[in-house]
Amino acid sequence: MALAWGTCDGHTLMHWTEYFGPLMQGAWVTIELTVYSTILGAILSFAAGIGKTSHNPVLKGISVVYIEVFRGTSLLVQLFWLYFALPLIGDAVGIDLRLPPVVAGVLALSLNIGAYGAEVVRGAIQAVSKDQYEAAKACNFTPRQTLFSVVLPQAIPEMMPPFGNLAIQNLKDTALVSLISLGDLAFRAEQLRNFTQDSTTIYTMVLFMYFGMALVLTAIMKLLERNVGRWRAVRR
Amino acid sequence: MLFGIEWDTSSNLAFAISILPILLIGMWVTIQATVLGFFIAIVLGLVLAALKSVPLKIVSWPAYAITEFIRDTPLLIQLFFLYYVLPEYGLVFPAFLTGALALGIQYSAYTSEVYRAGIEAVAKGQHEAARALNFKSLRTFTHVVLPQAVPRIIPAMGNYLVSIMKDVPVLSVVTVLEMLNVAQIIGDRTFNYLIPLSMVGGLYLIMTLVASSAVRYLDMNLPKRGLPLK
Repeated sequence: MALAWGTCDGHTLMHWTEYFGPLMQGAWVTIELTVYSTILGAILSFAAGIGKTSHNPVLKGISVVYIEVFRGTSLLVQLFWLYFALPLIGDAVGIDLRLPPVVAGVLALSLNIGAYGAEVVRGAIQAVSKDQYEAAKACNFTPRQTLFSVVLPQAIPEMMPPFGNLAIQNLKDTALVSLISLGDLAFRAEQLRNFTQDSTTIYTMVLFMYFGMALVLTAIMKLLERNVGRWRAVRR
Repeated sequence: MLFGIEWDTSSNLAFAISILPILLIGMWVTIQATVLGFFIAIVLGLVLAALKSVPLKIVSWPAYAITEFIRDTPLLIQLFFLYYVLPEYGLVFPAFLTGALALGIQYSAYTSEVYRAGIEAVAKGQHEAARALNFKSLRTFTHVVLPQAVPRIIPAMGNYLVSIMKDVPVLSVVTVLEMLNVAQIIGDRTFNYLIPLSMVGGLYLIMTLVASSAVRYLDMNLPKRGLPLK
C-alpha cells in the first residue's frame, strides 16, 4: 500500500471529538462569509430593487440587466467566472483582476443573493398602496422624501419574511466557496474526510452544524422582523 | 479534445465555435439531471406533504422536522453525504444518479410546501359543499380539491424546476460531466477559462429564460378556477 493511513481504520487515527477543532474553524469562516455577503447582498438588493422601480431609463436598465443575469445563471457558474475567467479579462486590458478566494466568494454570493433580494424589494415597494404616493405628493414631499419617509418604512416590514428565506439560502450557498479552496465548513469536512475516510460521522456532524447555524440565523431574522414591524402603518 | 471533438485555438471566435458542440453535450446532461431531479422532487415532495397532513402528531411532526432539516442544510453537503456514505452501506450508484437523488431530496422539502399551500388555498366552502353533496373524503380530494389546487401548484413547481437547473453545476464535484464541468475541463486543457465559462453563463441565461417563459405561458393559460373534469 502506498499510503500507510489509507489501510487503517479511520477511528484509530482521530477520535470523532477531535473533528470539532477543524470543523469549528471552518464554521467560523462560514459565519463570516454569511455575514459579509448577506450585508453586501442587502445593499445590492435595495440598490437594484429601487433602481428597477426608478423612472430613469439608465438606472432602470442597469438594474434589470443585473437582476436578469444573476438570477438567470447558476451561482457556481458566477463564482467560477469571477475566480477563473475575470483575471483573463484583466490580462487583456492590463489590470490585475486576480481576486483572492475570499473576495471572489463574497462577491459572487452577494451579487447572486442581491439579485434575488432586488425582486423582493421591488415587489414590496410596488405593493405600497397608490394612496400613500398621492398623500405624499399632496404634502409636497420630494420623490426622495417620499421614498425614504413614506414608502420604505412601509415596504421594509413586508420584505422581512422573504429576506429571512434568502439569508438561509445564502448560508447554504456559502458551502460552494469551498470549491475555490476557501477554508469554510464544507472545505474542512472534505479535508477531514480525505484524512480519516470517516465520511458518515463527519458529514452527519457537518449537516447538523449547518442546521444549527440556520436555526440561529432564522431566530436573528425573526428578531429583526419584529423590530422593523413597528414601522408598519397603524391601521385605524 | 473532449468527447472526440477537437477544438480550434487559432482565434477566439474559432475556439468559441469549436467548443460549442462540446458544451451542448454537457448541456444535455444538465437537462437530464434537471428532469430526473425534478421528478424525484415532485414524488418525494408529495410523500412528505401527505405525511405532514396526517392528523397524528407522531407521523406529521417527524415529517415537518425532516423538511426543515433538508431545507436548512446545503445541497453540496447532502450530495457529499449521499456520495460517500451510501457506498459504505453497500448502496453504490453512478455519480449521475446520486446527484439527481441529492437534487430531488433537497427540492422535495420545497415542493412539499407547494403541495400543502396549494391544497390549503382551496376555499373551505368547497369542502363544505362537497360534504353537503355527500361526497366521500377521497372523492372530495380527487374531484373537488385537486382540480382547483393543480393550477396553483404547477407555476410554483415550474419555478423550482428552474432552480434545480441552476443547481445542477454542483453535481460537477462528484464528477458528473454537466455543462460547467465540461467548461472547466476545456479551461484546464487550453488555459482559456474566459470563453468556455462565459459561454456557459450565456447558455444558462438562454435555458432559464426559455424555461421561465414556458412557466409563465403555462401560468397564463391554466384555467384559474380549476381544471375542468369533463
